[in-house]
Amino acid sequence: MRSPLRRLVLLAALALPLAARAQLTIEIVGGAGTAIPIAIVGFEGESAFPLGVSGIVAADLERSGLFRAVDTSGIAPRPSRAEDVRVDVFRGRGADAVVVGSMQPLGEGRVDVRYALVDAVRGGTLSSMRYVVAPNQFRATAHKIADEIYEKLTGDVGVFSTRIAYIAKQGTRYQLIVADADGADPQTIVSTDEPLLSPRWSPDGTRLAYVSLEQRKPVVYVQNLATGARTPIAAFRGSNSAPAWSPDGRTLAVTLTRDGGSQLFLMNADGTGVRRIMTSPGADTEAWFMPDGRTLLFTSDRGGSPQIYRVGVDGGGVERLTFDGSYNVTPRALPDGKGMVFVGRDGNRFQVAIMDFATRQVQILTNGPLDESPSVAPNGKLILYANEANGRGILNAVSADGRVKQRIVAPAADVREPAWGPLPR
Amino acid sequence: MNRLFVAAAFVALLAGCQSQPTTQTAAPVEDRTAAGTTPGGASTAGAGTGSVAGSQQGTRPGSTSGNPLRDPSSVLSKRVVYFDFDSFTVRDEFRPLIEAHGRYLAQNRNARMTIQGNTDERGSREYNIALGQKRADAVKRMMTLLGAQDSQIETVSFGKEKPKNAGHDEASWAENRRDDILYAGE
Repeated sequence: MRSPLRRLVLLAALALPLAARAQLTIEIVGGAGTAIPIAIVGFEGESAFPLGVSGIVAADLERSGLFRAVDTSGIAPRPSRAEDVRVDVFRGRGADAVVVGSMQPLGEGRVDVRYALVDAVRGGTLSSMRYVVAPNQFRATAHKIADEIYEKLTGDVGVFSTRIAYIAKQGTRYQLIVADADGADPQTIVSTDEPLLSPRWSPDGTRLAYVSLEQRKPVVYVQNLATGARTPIAAFRGSNSAPAWSPDGRTLAVTLTRDGGSQLFLMNADGTGVRRIMTSPGADTEAWFMPDGRTLLFTSDRGGSPQIYRVGVDGGGVERLTFDGSYNVTPRALPDGKGMVFVGRDGNRFQVAIMDFATRQVQILTNGPLDESPSVAPNGKLILYANEANGRGILNAVSADGRVKQRIVAPAADVREPAWGPLPR
Repeated sequence: MNRLFVAAAFVALLAGCQSQPTTQTAAPVEDRTAAGTTPGGASTAGAGTGSVAGSQQGTRPGSTSGNPLRDPSSVLSKRVVYFDFDSFTVRDEFRPLIEAHGRYLAQNRNARMTIQGNTDERGSREYNIALGQKRADAVKRMMTLLGAQDSQIETVSFGKEKPKNAGHDEASWAENRRDDILYAGE
């Protein structure tokens, strides 16, 4: 009686929850070349806590590809405040900047977390902050500190406090998962035996639109992340797909085939007020709002091959944007509105590319051969996308200038359809 | 006592292993596919009606006994149309099949059909939904030219999401570029 029970216990121990088997790990595989050397000193007092803030800050900054952590071992005494930093010592280690800090319990479950960013070249404090938080806010606080350091040293908004959504497929099971931008804390939002695709964040981060084949045809759902409640906003005759949110979060563009053929429609976020944008002789899909909310990018094969076009929300002013090659799809507006990211096919290779609208110049950012579903970070600096490596679905990220590269995998799942969430409000 | 502790730990582990609560609310989908009745054959998987295999309701005069939709010697039991890469043009070899189904629908006004369009795994998921839709619509168009009513056929697309062959070579891709024809109740 003992042996079978022991075997069962072992099996149970090995059975990780579905979400954990689909958790992402992110590694840098290509750096910026001119990474900023930064010394991140372990925060005073943090070893008393199960989660140390400085480690998360260091991981965030290194993962961005723009920073290189400098070895601080052997430096004694370890500074925890800006005024204790001996700039010459850190300069001698090659650091341009130094991060110090501390974590101190205040009683009643509150913790004082403070940091300072010191300029190792010219001396002086570049930024500093003090937070009073509960332990379940350590991760968020670390990401906020990383954002501040990133902004101070690069001039760009940091995205370490954002979340990402993605689809994980394990056998015949599909999950829509939301996780922190570093892959931590994956939460399963939807779990079905039918395919899921096209997750789309509402601009305020409270809802996800997505396409599910649970009804044996594509149907668009909008789900509230806090409550888990969802509404099928487009379940018309035929196929319903490719949702895209307007910048004010009140309207969705969708592709419907209810009137014969894939065409673009607009609707309110609750599915009411359906109106067609235009009538075209081909298949129109993959609508995407420009940041001004007045123009849409979309894919159409009206000209004989799938290409990317631009149109006003009133259906006027259609303009073709891509002319190189026979297959250009999946347009994604850059947050500043000055260009777009898309997927182009060159021979047999599907690659992620970026176009500047002013010059119409296109730069190929990835190698393929099966790259798809790009998603632009809200600071416009990094692009998440999906591809296949050795028959397995993985994610990658590439910087907008093509130099920083990340490889993102889950231990036991095919991952695809990444969607970068908005900046926290 | 030890055994009891181990069993309790096992149960606790299992409880902790459950995935996050999922939303399984039923979606009210407009369903135009199953409005009519079709002759049910005893061999049909999933039809579950238990009706007599020899049902002659709506079958063409001169056809073999039994449900022609399920008769392996009838072209109506053939339900797949394959397509070339990047194409939604129906090849000549599939015309007889499509014509037979189109005529069947024309003669059986209560019959309802779904055509599911599919693509191979290459390229954009959403554009492949659109391409699969074009493949389904191409076959529907041919059938309506033969007298099938628009309301009898719903066309949907699975894009590249439900491949029949999980391989990554030309042969697998060719098998996945397809329309599947289903009658209501199947």
